[in-house]
Order: sequence, then C-alpha cells, then structure tokens
Amino acid sequence: MKISYADVLVIGGGLTGLRVAIAAKRRGHEAVILSLVPPKRSHSAAAQGGMQASLGNVIKGQGDNEDVHFEDTVRGSDWGADQRVVRMFVNTAPKAVRELAAWGVPWSRVQRGDREVIINGEKVTLTERDAAHGLVAQRDFGGTKKWRTCHVSDGTGHAMLFAVSDRAIAESIPVQERMEAIALIVDAGRCHGAVVRNLMTGELSAFVAKVTVNATGGAGRLYRVTTNAVICEGIGMAIALETGQAALGNMEAVQFHPTGIFPASILVTEGCRGDGGLLKDVDGHRFMPDYEPEKKELASRDVVSRRMETHIRKGKGVKTRFGEHLWLDIRQLGRAHIEKNLREVKEICESFLGIDPVVDMIAVRPAQHYTMGGVRTNHTGESPTLRGLFAAGEAACWDLHGFNRLGGNSVAETVVAGMIVGEFVADFCDRAENETRIPIGLVRELVAAEQAKLDQLVSGPGAEEASVLRAAMQQIMTDKVGIFRTGPDLAAAVAELQSLLERSRHIGLRHKAAGANPELATAYRTQKMLKLALCMAHGAAQRTESRGAHFREDFPHRDDARWLQRTLATWPAALDTLPTLNYEALDVGAMELPPGWRGYGAKDYVDHPDTPARAAEVAAQRERMAGQPRAAVQQALMPYEELLPPPLRGPNERIDEPLR
Amino acid sequence: MTTIPIVPLQSCLQAPGGARAAAPGAPGALARRLDIRVLRFDPLRPEVAAHWQTYTLDDATGMTLFIALSEIREKLDPSLQFDFVCRAGICGSCAMLVNGRPALACRTLTKDQGSSFTLAPLPVFELIGDLSVNTGKWMRGMSERLQTWVHQQEAARDLTRLEARMEPELAEKIYELDRCIQCGCCVSACGTARMREDFVGAVGVNKIARFRLDPRDTRDDADFYELVGDDDGVFGCMSLLGCHDVCPKQLPLQTQIAFVRRKMVAMGWK
Repeated sequence: MKISYADVLVIGGGLTGLRVAIAAKRRGHEAVILSLVPPKRSHSAAAQGGMQASLGNVIKGQGDNEDVHFEDTVRGSDWGADQRVVRMFVNTAPKAVRELAAWGVPWSRVQRGDREVIINGEKVTLTERDAAHGLVAQRDFGGTKKWRTCHVSDGTGHAMLFAVSDRAIAESIPVQERMEAIALIVDAGRCHGAVVRNLMTGELSAFVAKVTVNATGGAGRLYRVTTNAVICEGIGMAIALETGQAALGNMEAVQFHPTGIFPASILVTEGCRGDGGLLKDVDGHRFMPDYEPEKKELASRDVVSRRMETHIRKGKGVKTRFGEHLWLDIRQLGRAHIEKNLREVKEICESFLGIDPVVDMIAVRPAQHYTMGGVRTNHTGESPTLRGLFAAGEAACWDLHGFNRLGGNSVAETVVAGMIVGEFVADFCDRAENETRIPIGLVRELVAAEQAKLDQLVSGPGAEEASVLRAAMQQIMTDKVGIFRTGPDLAAAVAELQSLLERSRHIGLRHKAAGANPELATAYRTQKMLKLALCMAHGAAQRTESRGAHFREDFPHRDDARWLQRTLATWPAALDTLPTLNYEALDVGAMELPPGWRGYGAKDYVDHPDTPARAAEVAAQRERMAGQPRAAVQQALMPYEELLPPPLRGPNERIDEPLR
Repeated sequence: MTTIPIVPLQSCLQAPGGARAAAPGAPGALARRLDIRVLRFDPLRPEVAAHWQTYTLDDATGMTLFIALSEIREKLDPSLQFDFVCRAGICGSCAMLVNGRPALACRTLTKDQGSSFTLAPLPVFELIGDLSVNTGKWMRGMSERLQTWVHQQEAARDLTRLEARMEPELAEKIYELDRCIQCGCCVSACGTARMREDFVGAVGVNKIARFRLDPRDTRDDADFYELVGDDDGVFGCMSLLGCHDVCPKQLPLQTQIAFVRRKMVAMGWK
C-alpha cells in the first residue's frame, strides 16, 4: 500500500486550496494538492459577477472602505457572522485584488469620463474621475451600500482561477488530479492526513501530513435544484463530520440564489441586477419595489429569493410544463453592455434557453447556491476540536457569512481565506511540536478499514440502489428544507432522511467491478451526503426562528434572545442516524456592530438582552472619539488587527485615502 | 499514450436489466427515440476490445448530452465513464467527439442531433475510460513547458498600495484571450497534434499571445521564441485551422496563431 508524505495536504484544487498551498510553499513547506478534477475545472470558475473589495475607485464606490464593507457583511449575515473574522476579511480583500492584479488577472478597469448606466430602471450618466483611470473597476451588487464588486467582465472566477492555478504551477506545487479524500486519518485528537481514492483506478492510498487543509467547497448537490457543479457534493465536510471530533457549524444556513435559469438552474450572475436588470412577473410588472422599497432588486439574496417565491405563491409566476418561473429583464442594458460585461450570461442564455437576452427576457427561479455552514474553525482556520485539521472557503464555517452571504463575498473569501489561513498553516508547520508522529500500522489499518467498506458495497448482499436514494434525498431537501421552512415539513424531512440513511447502509451495486466504477463513487458519497442532509434538516428543525437564509414560516422573526447562537453538529458514532447538536453563543458585548435592522427585509426581531447596553456603549464610544481617524475608532470598539498574520496587516490605500 | 483500435460500428449489447427511460407518452417525453452510440474502452481491462455500444432513450425538451448521459448512467449502465463538472459550458471538462466533431457535451442539445449519433473520446489525450480523457495532465504539461504565468519580480510589491494601472481596452483584450477554458477541443481537431506528440496546440499559442499582450509580463519576443519558435510550437501549425472552427468559446485562434507566427518569424530573422 502506498503512503505519501507532505508537510501540508490540501484537499481541494479550487481557489482556496491553491492559495493556501502557495502560502505554505512560500514559507518553505511542501504542499500537495488533491483535486477531484483538474484544478482549472473547479467550481471556483463558476463565480461570474465579481469579488467584493472596498477599493472605491469608481465614482459610485467613492467613500467605500473597510468600515462600510464590514457593516454590509454583518447586516447581510443577519448578525450570524463572527465580526472579528469579518474585519480580518474586509481588511485583506483589497490586498487580495491587488495581488491577483499583479499575478495577471485582467480585472476590468475604470475609463475616465462620462458613461451611461442603468440605475433603478433609469438611464443615468456617471462621470469617472481622471484619478481613477486604469484602476480596477467596481460594479453594483446586492446588499451593498457602495459599488464594490471588482470583476473581469462576468468571468471573474474563471480569470482568478486560471491566474492562481498558473501561479501554483509556477511555484512547482504538485496537484494530484482525480483523487478523492474519503476519510481523514485521526489519532489522539490530531488529524494526520487522509485516505484517498484514485478516481481513475479505484486504488486507495494514504497521504500523511502535519497539516490537513479542507478546501473542498460546498454541498449544493444535496438539493435537486441547485446552481452548483456536479462535484459540489460536500464530501469534504462529510469526512470531517465522520471523525466524530470536528464539528460542522450552521449547516441549516443554505443560500438560494434568486436567478438560476429555469428549469436548468444554471446561474446567471447577480451582476445582471447590479448592472440594472429588473425582475418581472407574468404581467411584465416589476414587483420588487412593492416588497423592498429601499433596495428593490438589490436587497440581499435571501430576501430577494423569498420575495420571488412569495410572488409566485400569489399566482404571479409564469406557468410552464416544468413549473413556474419569473423573468429577469436585462434588455434595457443594451447589446453593447451585454456583449462586453455579461457575455457569459449571454452564452448561457443562448446555449441553454435558446434565447438572446438582448431581445428576450430570461426565465429564472431561485435555486440552491451556497452553504454558509461548514467545518467550524477558529479565526486561524483550524478546527477547535481536531488539531491539525484546517478548513477554508465554502467548506468552512470561519464564520464570515453567518446566515446569509453577500454576493461577491464568496469568491473574495476563497483567496482572502487562502492568504490568511495559509499563513497560519505555515505557522503550525513551523512549530517543532507539530511534527507528525503516527504509527504506520495505524495508517495501514485505516486504509484497510476504508477498503473493507468499499468491498462491502461492491460485493456485499445489499440491494438498495444509491442513485434512487440520492434522488429521494435531493427531492426532500428541495421540497422541505428550502426557502420557506415549517416545523412539520422539517420533522418529516428528518424522518425521511433518517430512513434513507438506514437504507444507504444496505446499498448494493449493479455493476460489481472494482476500479474506477462510477457507481461505487455514487454509493459511498450518497452515504456521506445523507449525513450532511440530516445536519441541515435537523439543525433547521431545531432553530425556531428566522435568520438570514433560514426562514421559518412558523417562527418568522429573528430571535436574538434565544438564537444568537451558532449550531455545531457532530456525528459521534458511525451508526447514529442524527447528528448531535450543540450551540455556541455569540458575544453581543464584544460586537462592533450590535444587532439591529438590516436595512431590508423584515423590520421586527427580538432583541438579545445585552443588545441595548452594547448599543449604548458603542454609541457613546463613537461620540467620545468623534473626529478621530476611523481606524482608531474601530480599534477602540473591537480590536482585531493582531489576529491577522503580520504580513497581511496594515491599511489599504485608496484614491481618497493616500498612504504616506 | 493509449490508442484505441478502430472496430466497425455495431449496435450491440442490450442495456442491463432492460431498464428503459420514460415510457413513450409519459409527461415530458417526446415521440422521438434516440440511439446514442458510444465508443467504449477501459484501459484497465485491455482484454475487452474497444467497441461501440448503443443506448436507447427517449428525447425530451431541452435535453443536453449532460442530461442524456446522466440518465444513461443512472438507468441503463452504471459503468459508463464520462466527465462533467459545471454542466454550464464554463469549466471545459466534458469535451468529446459528437458525430466525430469535438464539442462540449453539456452545451450540445439532443434536438440538434439526428435520432442516431455517436459519442467518442477526444483523440490525442490519454484515455481514462470510455468518454473520459486526461486533459488535465496534458494542460499542466503545456503550462509547465510554456511557463504560462506572468513573469515579474514580486519581492518589492507592497499590497497596501494602489494597484498598477492598465488601459481598460487592454484589459479587455487580455480577457478576450484569457477566456480559454482548456477543454481540449482545439487540440483534438488539430492535424499537427496527431503527428507531433509535443505540439503545443492552439491552446498553447493562444496562451503565448495572451502573455505577449500583458505589460505585467517582463518576457520579450526573444523569450517567447525560445518557447514556441520551433515545429512543436507555432511553426508546426499547418494552418488547417480545425482549432478555430471547433472552439466553443469562439476565441480568435486563427488571428492569434498568424500573429504569433509573424512575430516569431521576425524574431528568428534577427
């Protein structure tokens, strides 16, 4: 049996994994990346509209800074985020854009002078400053006060992924393609690597490392209707869960993107609405201003998706043989703009809907899009309960997004978390006490145990069919753990998923071959996915409030008094059929931005008992320090800078905030 | 590299279990029946010769090859190997020969095909099994050889400072070439790539064109000449331009190859 060794084992070849590996390598640690697919094919490539970073170059971004990005992100999260992590993130995002600019990302740039744009359905002329000419441009996105979304036309993720992947090749970082981690190697509270299956040959081997980094992305394929790539099955999260030691945070927090094309659920970017696209109903009526007079189409995604579904329930959807949908209308943006700034959208419309969005409206309906939850980590990216296991990006609950992520913050998180967590990973490797000491015999036993499980699937007596169980799970998740949730639906979902999980222990294959055998992969993944689905459904059933993307029709208010808490799910025994849930309270007394109204969505919520006192304290502090530099005020309210790795500290220069 | 012996087309092998797709007349089903003939070979089981296998299923509105192949694997034959990732035409995983022509399977609609058509793996690339080929390995090799990254001194950069400026039109021009998704269609449609194992293909020449444009890259034409100034590089191109015809991103490959060749010729004369 083959055992490979590395300092850092990075599971996942998307933007986060690549950037972590580059950070570790630059600090002198050997990193190896495992990837299900060639890295340039990762789901990071699907990010279209852009990456949030408060550069404030365009005129509508003037006045933007870390403070505004911070507030938007916390409000977007419905106060579920860890505010210190949000601060670390917003301060690093501009540095990440600038690093990527140097690495070759062809960011769209500001053109000085007048340009015509569409804002709120009206033509408006903006005049860009001479001083901004040639700097990275920003567009508007949902839930933001300023235009902050840096972009490469609407192929942002693709351009970023190619630049970072090529950077990893430049630094001679090996990527083992078509390799899947199917179990973590754990001994005495420490993670030592992973058992890995070669998807081309079916062969198992072990990778032993000082640090294991879980950068495996999201779990959209738990749902039938999702924008996610077919590889986004959450297996990375599941193998962390199966250790019984690492916890998954906030798995019930699942984002639905307002504009998946209907019925294929392929994403069209929020940039469509950011650039002036409107949502319309069966009568051609623009309905969002009726629900959200302030932000209209550009409220946060959870709010827009809910309003769309409500409108469909009122009978205003367009009926088709596949179900109902609404319209996204970008025709008023004009051909030149669409062919330059929304060209991927145009291609998708042509290929999958057979329409030209310059002349036709786009059929859309909300679809599962993002898992805010993931492997719970502290601010360094390390699991607080399983030493040596780090997680970053969508696979992690760091916790940047709380209960709703803002558009453009996820592709930003991939590289920002890669930079930050990468430094902490290197720090971990630097410490002598973290040398790997694990008996080879134990590694062999773990590989053999995994092999036995696979053999059981291939040649055991089971008769259940994996693809049938998976389809049932996906239907349950879309029907009962979706945008609108109720106690009875969730209870039914939990019971049905438990039954599927039990049946999944008796899966048998029709194609009983060893080797690559795609049916075998479907089988063991389905077993793992059902556990994640139960974390989501059970967590949602227990959370008797509405927060961000988690909306309970029977408990429509946010309840800070009871639920300003992060859900932590663990799976202590292999044969359990439910996760064990614990809760981690968020400390209102330490928040820079105490809970309040988000500025969109429902206005009533139940306060936490500590909120009034903290709000008064923050207001008084702001008053005392009026006129002082904003960084000083921030520092007084919630110090965070010492949490950042030293190379990533420091202010960010802007046209309006020159550095000396 | 694994090569596939060519065997005559044959309709063979009833699907295991006799499972059928949606019955005619069921909701969502059209009257048309599709016979999809797939070239099958598993390099791990060389004792089974490459052969054509026919799968029969009912066509449906909006059906892409992603949907059709997924249905075949789910209902007819769980052993069939193929690759999809984004299923939205942006990741480049699913290129294959559709009736002999390289194309992205996810963007190929069954309604645009006859009622019987063939699927085969891309040639040139190492075969993993059935319709799955190892484009990743080929592309990584190409990237290493052509050093497809911005070459510059990074040590002095201060990330707290404003980014370097770039003319907006130049950024757009670079992005135009950066849109390549490395699907491999151009390589498998290339006459030279069939004859010269180390030919960099249109994908490689396009990369060079992209970095030539980029002022952040400090390399000059003398450096690029070292990379593509030979028959495995731009001089190997026979100008058949199959690459240009099949590129699913409609990249201007014909122009880029001509342009890079002219620059390299000028360099060679120096």
